[in-house]
Amino acid sequence: MDRRNSIKALFFTSFSASVLMAMAKDPKTTIALDEDRMQEEKDYLAKIKAGPKFFDVHEMSTIKVLADIIMPKDKVSGSATDAKVPDFIEFIVKDMPEHQVPVRGGLKWLDRHSTNKHNKQFVACTPAEQIGIVNEIAYPKKAKPEVSQGVNFFNKMRDLVTTGFYTSEIGVKDLGYMGNVPNQWNGVPADVLKQYGLAYTDKENKECISY
Amino acid sequence: MSQVQVKVAPKKYDAVIVGSGAGGGMAAYVLAKAGLKVCLLEAGPDYDPAKNSAQLKNPWESPRRGASSKFRPFGEFDGCYWGWEIDGEPYTQTKGSDKFEWWRARMVGGRTNHWGRISLRFGPKDFKRRSIDGLGDDWPIGYEDVKPYYDKIDQLIGVYGTNEGLENDPDGIFLPPPKPRLHELMFKKAATGINIPVIPSRLSILTKKINDERGVCFYCGQCNRSCKVYGDFSSSSVLVKPAIMTGNVDLITGAMAREVITDREGKAVGISYVNKNDKQEYQINAKVVILGASTCETARLLLNSKSQKHPNGLANSSGVVGHYLHDSTGAAMGGVIPSLFGRKRYNEDGVGGMHVYTPWWLDNKKLDFPRGYHIEYWGGMSQPNYGFGMGMQGMNGKFQVNGVTKEEGGYGASLKEDVRFFYGANVGMGGRGEAVPDFKNHCKIDPDVVDKYGIPVLQFDCKNSEYEIKQAKHMKETFREIMHEMGAVITWGDQDNASNNYGLSNPGNIIHEAGTVRMGNDKKTSALNAWGQAHDCNNLFCVDGSVFTSQADKNITWTILALSMRTSEYILDQLKKQNI
Repeated sequence: MDRRNSIKALFFTSFSASVLMAMAKDPKTTIALDEDRMQEEKDYLAKIKAGPKFFDVHEMSTIKVLADIIMPKDKVSGSATDAKVPDFIEFIVKDMPEHQVPVRGGLKWLDRHSTNKHNKQFVACTPAEQIGIVNEIAYPKKAKPEVSQGVNFFNKMRDLVTTGFYTSEIGVKDLGYMGNVPNQWNGVPADVLKQYGLAYTDKENKECISY
Repeated sequence: MSQVQVKVAPKKYDAVIVGSGAGGGMAAYVLAKAGLKVCLLEAGPDYDPAKNSAQLKNPWESPRRGASSKFRPFGEFDGCYWGWEIDGEPYTQTKGSDKFEWWRARMVGGRTNHWGRISLRFGPKDFKRRSIDGLGDDWPIGYEDVKPYYDKIDQLIGVYGTNEGLENDPDGIFLPPPKPRLHELMFKKAATGINIPVIPSRLSILTKKINDERGVCFYCGQCNRSCKVYGDFSSSSVLVKPAIMTGNVDLITGAMAREVITDREGKAVGISYVNKNDKQEYQINAKVVILGASTCETARLLLNSKSQKHPNGLANSSGVVGHYLHDSTGAAMGGVIPSLFGRKRYNEDGVGGMHVYTPWWLDNKKLDFPRGYHIEYWGGMSQPNYGFGMGMQGMNGKFQVNGVTKEEGGYGASLKEDVRFFYGANVGMGGRGEAVPDFKNHCKIDPDVVDKYGIPVLQFDCKNSEYEIKQAKHMKETFREIMHEMGAVITWGDQDNASNNYGLSNPGNIIHEAGTVRMGNDKKTSALNAWGQAHDCNNLFCVDGSVFTSQADKNITWTILALSMRTSEYILDQLKKQNI
């Protein structure tokens, strides 16, 4: 059942299990977000999409390496590049220009630091060399004062990559978020109540809606 | 040189209503159902939650992952067009005052499309505050006058909650509330342990079917996106749509009202508006003019409607129009509950708001501030949006992750583990309280500035008083106690003090602004009588937050709806008697 029809079905029924199941297994085709946008929003988005890329090829390849260091493939889910996080970062710096200077400047700082250390830009370093540099700036409490700007840059990259990853389809699945689907809220599951030593009162059991 | 012609619509309506939000929508509904011919003017475009809602979209379907923008300050998926700013429609501030943050929605249904659905009746005390503490003024009406309308609204629109027999949080006609979520059970246990009551919230969300026109809530937690099955209250779906279906309403969208037109005797004749599409001026004539443009826009309209009979602006012989502007107070605090780290996953969305809340519970006579506040709670495993997972370096060094002490910051598989571990352990609480109305707090017409339609804009001058600041201080102390009792670690909202008014929000920021065309019995100190009818102009009525003589420790929407219904029935009565 496609989403439009299943939402319509929800309108008319007070809950049928089959409707709920249909919605839960909903196919991914959805109404494009820009169907309900004001003209001003559409114009704004079109302008961003039509404009030139912000990051050049070198910057973007550095971002990709950093992103996959920050969020690599692991037992649970894929990497940041699997989740298209670099594309998200390219968009977000145009949408939120306040990110532009810190990210661009930080990438430059990183290359200078890498050149000083290894005579190579960051992307040209070996993985071990790259991790060595990252380790200098990834731990704010342990970092040396002379790399404080690098720490700040890495904090920002960690923020952008983490949020880009965990709002992607891969990331939301990794997190285990189970909402955004029609259901009947019947309270906290019994085993979780038990785990926390909590219970519904007689009053709540009587007055609250149950299914 | 061409002359600008105002095109007068040939049809003369029984009523012209400005604004299709809670007040305007209710007036259109009542009058259209009674057979009157109504013209409903809305400055924004059409909006129908069934068609336009972004409900059930995933964060990755938005290129900014649900982040806010100036078009949608509450987030990409939020069901409200515009907010703090509107291109081409500035407003100004007075130097030396607090910044007034003015929210303007522009759409059919207005801000009722995205609001929190918190639907609280005023109590008997809320209409008689001056009699209680000597501050502000009493309403010219009391709870007994409004109760029949609250009863009708509860049944017409649907609201869940429970009857608790509280004196000033009256019983109603409620649908069953949803069971509390895990963090809400924890709030409840902690707060009641220190004698702070926690009861089911009262939200206009349908947990049971009430008619064939609307569906039932299916707990996606996204009321703010507006509901495709009309499972919650929006004026667009619940009032405007059925009003139009009577065949008695002409809805004109993209209509920016400029002025109320009056005749030589000072009687209201109709509304002159700018059509946003062709930029021309049009006029709608009607027997009755009803303003529901929202508190400050209604005041602006009146102040911009000067004439010989109304030299100070329409309905403003008292000089109060624009004055006594007040908003709910607001202060908040939040943190994490370590016992919720590494929590079991399940669908915890619930409704798009709190399942429980705390109504005002203390006696102000024993406190150093005069009015109360209620407490709202939030938390849990919500849908990640832009901003989720940021600031991990502030968390993963402070707490052990799966029993392991880590160095704060980091990256890699270890970082992914941290994000999963901390997910769903955030909680927060906010107070929403009553400010004391003060004549000095006002908006007026800026003498220098016009918007892109050539309409003079508003200039604001508002300041929080010691009453509100002390109330915010009390909120913070209370929140700290509850968080401590819960075993929560406070991570924000705990660093406020007198120098920043204890984190008290700017006026306007809570978006419950009211009071600018207030009701009263004395025409020297009020603009409207007990029916929402202008003292100076008997066929002019206001039906939005502008009419409020005072605010209460409760959101004003349910009372806007009740008063608009009451005023509309009065209009019907007066038209029948040929008094207006």
